[in-house]
Amino acid sequence: MEASNSIWAESLYRLKQNKLAVISGFVLVFLIVLAVCAPLIAPHSYSYQNLELGAVAPNATYWLGTDTLGRDQLSRILYGARVSLLVGFVATAVALIIGVSWGIVAGFFGGRIDATMMRVVDVLYGLPFIIFIILLMVIFGRNIWLLFIAIGAVEWLTMARIVRGQVLTLRNQEFVLASQALGIGNISLFFRHILPNILGTIAVYATLTIPQVMLLEAFLSFLGLGVQPPMSSWGTLIRYGVESMEEFPWMLIFPGLIFTVTLFCLNFFGDGLRDALDPKSN
Amino acid sequence: MLNLILRRLLVAIPVLVIVASITFFLVRLAPGGPFDSEKVVSPQVLKNLNEVYNLNAPVSEQYFDYMVNALQGDFGPSFRYPGRSVSEMILTGLPVTLELAMYAVLFATILGLIAGITAAVKKNTFLDYFPMAIAMLGICMPTFLLGPLLLLLFGIELELLPVSGWDDLPGDKVLPAITLGAAYAAYIARLARGGMLETLNQDYIRTARAKGLSEFKVVMVHAVRGGLIPVIAFMGPAIAGLIGGSFVVETIFQIPGLGRFYVEAAFNRDYTMILGTTIFFSALIIFFNLLSDIAIALFNPQARSS
Amino acid sequence: MHIANGSEPQGLDPHIVTGVPEHRLITSLCEGLVITNPKGGPNLPGAAESWDISDDGLVYTFHLQPLAKWSNGEEVTAEDFVWSWMRILTPSLGSQYPDMLYYVKNAAAYHTGEINDFSLVGIKALNSKTLEVTLEQPYSFFLKILSHYSTYAVPKNVVLGHGTIDDRNGAWTRPGNFVCNGPMQLKSWELNKSIVAEKNPYYWDAEKVTLNEMHFYPIVNESTEDRMFRAGQLHATYSVPQEKCPVYIKENNPNLRIDPYVGVYFYRINTQNPVLKDKRIRQALAYSIDREKIVKRVSQCGQSPADSFTPPGIDGYFPDTQIPFDPELAAQLFKEAGFPAGEGFPKLEILFNTQEGHRKIALAVQQMWQKYLGIEVELVNTDWKVYLSREMVGDFQISRAGWIGDYEDPNTFLDLMRPNRGNNKTGWENEKYDELIIKANAQSNQENRYAVLREAEKLLIDEMPVLPIYIYVRQFLLSTDVKGWDPNPTDTHHPKFITLER
Repeated sequence: MEASNSIWAESLYRLKQNKLAVISGFVLVFLIVLAVCAPLIAPHSYSYQNLELGAVAPNATYWLGTDTLGRDQLSRILYGARVSLLVGFVATAVALIIGVSWGIVAGFFGGRIDATMMRVVDVLYGLPFIIFIILLMVIFGRNIWLLFIAIGAVEWLTMARIVRGQVLTLRNQEFVLASQALGIGNISLFFRHILPNILGTIAVYATLTIPQVMLLEAFLSFLGLGVQPPMSSWGTLIRYGVESMEEFPWMLIFPGLIFTVTLFCLNFFGDGLRDALDPKSN
Repeated sequence: MLNLILRRLLVAIPVLVIVASITFFLVRLAPGGPFDSEKVVSPQVLKNLNEVYNLNAPVSEQYFDYMVNALQGDFGPSFRYPGRSVSEMILTGLPVTLELAMYAVLFATILGLIAGITAAVKKNTFLDYFPMAIAMLGICMPTFLLGPLLLLLFGIELELLPVSGWDDLPGDKVLPAITLGAAYAAYIARLARGGMLETLNQDYIRTARAKGLSEFKVVMVHAVRGGLIPVIAFMGPAIAGLIGGSFVVETIFQIPGLGRFYVEAAFNRDYTMILGTTIFFSALIIFFNLLSDIAIALFNPQARSS
Repeated sequence: MHIANGSEPQGLDPHIVTGVPEHRLITSLCEGLVITNPKGGPNLPGAAESWDISDDGLVYTFHLQPLAKWSNGEEVTAEDFVWSWMRILTPSLGSQYPDMLYYVKNAAAYHTGEINDFSLVGIKALNSKTLEVTLEQPYSFFLKILSHYSTYAVPKNVVLGHGTIDDRNGAWTRPGNFVCNGPMQLKSWELNKSIVAEKNPYYWDAEKVTLNEMHFYPIVNESTEDRMFRAGQLHATYSVPQEKCPVYIKENNPNLRIDPYVGVYFYRINTQNPVLKDKRIRQALAYSIDREKIVKRVSQCGQSPADSFTPPGIDGYFPDTQIPFDPELAAQLFKEAGFPAGEGFPKLEILFNTQEGHRKIALAVQQMWQKYLGIEVELVNTDWKVYLSREMVGDFQISRAGWIGDYEDPNTFLDLMRPNRGNNKTGWENEKYDELIIKANAQSNQENRYAVLREAEKLLIDEMPVLPIYIYVRQFLLSTDVKGWDPNPTDTHHPKFITLER
């Protein structure tokens, strides 16, 4: 118990030292707040088309300009944040649940159970998931829950491997062996010794999976298969932006910028977390 | 070593069968058949068409027939392009996609290694932060954002490179390769840096330095190996990702590769084409994963057991 | 000449393919009895040098070009045409266009298997250069139909040399095997890359053909082909990206071509639906769509708002119907039908296949119906095949649709909405309408026929099972070096009329 507490304290300290990570963290929180409050703060409707207006460059009424149907870009980006971040978090959560459980079971029980479970992971690694996802979206496309599950199902493999590795290492550590010798049961062992020590890793890889997921969703949106309008994700906005990038560059610049920045921050923050928890890796 | 290869190959066959089966039934589940078109055909004609392609038989029979043929390498005729067999179409598109992927990998590896090694050696200086920041950018920018931007800049504004085509105009392979490889260059740079830093901390490096070896030799000969391992391990998943990324790049740059064939086939319900391409891609991924595992084993015998 | 040709063609067999990119290719590689006049209007001689029509309009005698040859040097004979029509009418071939020939006596019966003897079908070779065709009725537009590629001939010996008469997957269409009678011949075909056609020295009018080669590129992405055109890699694009069209129009771009096209963009209404059964509701829906605005602000590419189902001006046919934009009348109709200000009206669903253009129009319509009628509309987009299958089984309320005419005559539109037509899909079965069309088909005089057709059109627009929105145009970029690429309603450009300046 003592060991855990000071590890947390040390990690937090190291994290705070990493200025880039801290800034990223704040930016992320800011973005999340914006996304959650979008219905309150968006200046215009994200779907109302002003056909007479068409696409106009940023001005006083429309801070980030409008798209070809006269829809306010700022509002669309705010609502797009909701969609993209939602997909990011939920799909990651799906990946997390599957991957972490899998990894814990495999690592904790070891032996043949571990070997079989990891073999399954190896086999699944060889599957062209992109292909399945495309097929699934083409066939059953309209369901956002399907999207979450499909994306989550692709990303859990790495999580499983890493968690399993951690659990294995921990299980063989001295303090665990000692506890076992003292007669402490498996469940207690798990919750008091193993879980706290892998939380960090889970947090790190979750943070790093979110951008992967968001990229995947954007990719699907680009192909026309992702979240369906009227809820347009950032990926969809970028797609429209690319189509009009020569005539109306603001349609591409703003969504592209904010998407990249968000992913940037997620990655930096995740990196920072990882460095804070395990300084040797830097 | 031989053991590893054999084991992998043995596993690969059932995997491919499973992949094919899943895809087969998934596609059959989809509403809309290959012969649905805007100009509706009479039920008579539809029946005839289905007859030609054996679509009137019970699904289990179709499945069995297909599997037997596939195992012998016959993936049937394309539904959408009468007269063309799936194998033929795959063989046209595959070399293109492979070539694209190869150039992308080459670009990614060279750029990534240079950046990663430099960053590791010059740790915590500008030469560390700058390449790593650019690398991060590469990871965070989707291909379909980067591609058009590069296209806009180099193809249209500066008119330095062609905007599309493959093998038609000189230099038309440059932009697609860069676009596809950019994100991987970034990953490789980070992995290389991480691996090298870890290696540089090892005892045997200090020993080498103590022995009086030049810094250059220390880095290039000894440390680099440590940096290469994670990169090689990454190759397997990288190829898998590259194949996915090729869909987008092939669409943007008008490249007649397998990725584009696949997306079209999915939209057109070209059953046989979808199946054939899926099996092929799976086989490719399995193959490259195997190669990368072999390479790791060669470089680092300890890693074999994990 | 370098031409962007939309999507990768399915194939080159005129009896099997169905699309527009294929149309372009096949009309360059093969030639029918007649060819489309590049300026529109009556068809010109093609493989047939001249023809006689009997007084009762039932028997056509075609005299084939004495010099007509296949690209392998063999003569084009009347027997080739007889055999070819037998081929397309052979049920096991699975052609999707046999109905083009149903106007010929007993052709439908042969295709559906009612009769098995092809000699009973109304096409005979009187001698090697004379072809006699007998029709079911004196259809005055029969010559128009003959410019459609499904009526073209294929070289019997070549086809049989690579497969049976009904072999869909025969190898006769491969480069190296493909033989046809058009101004160009197939030189090479690289999948998803390009199709190259070169001048056919055996073409009967070869001296008029100045193009040496035509390169067709399958480029699906409009922005890509737009860029390629501007980079000088193409002479002609297939279409223009939607965002660029208004820009090009505004700057008077000399390369922009907007040609009238024989097509109509409309919404199908499922008339079997309980609320949509009421004609007044359908009319109200139509009158509350501001077509002008859609054309000006959404599609923005020089289309014209539709006042009829048949595009006006096809071969001199001008419908005299009108679809007003009258929101007040619409609201009034809704009230009469029992839904004042949209109260109690169930949510309507607009089905369309996933494509930005369709979505934008659907969004605009959704907003208009909400504003003027007070009803709630949901947009449902699915992928192409799912959309088709839903339409086919009637699983929709309102569905986006487009119809491109197969030949230059109003019949190709009005025939669509007859009862028992597979392409009707609206559930609207109107006996009176059917009678009118049958009556029109029996008229051999064009004026009389058009008069009856106009009546049919009036009935159609009054009943409104379909909501016409705009008349298609063909928008594309054409290099100023290309001459002879004249606008005509079916967008057919016979290579012998095209010249390149440089």
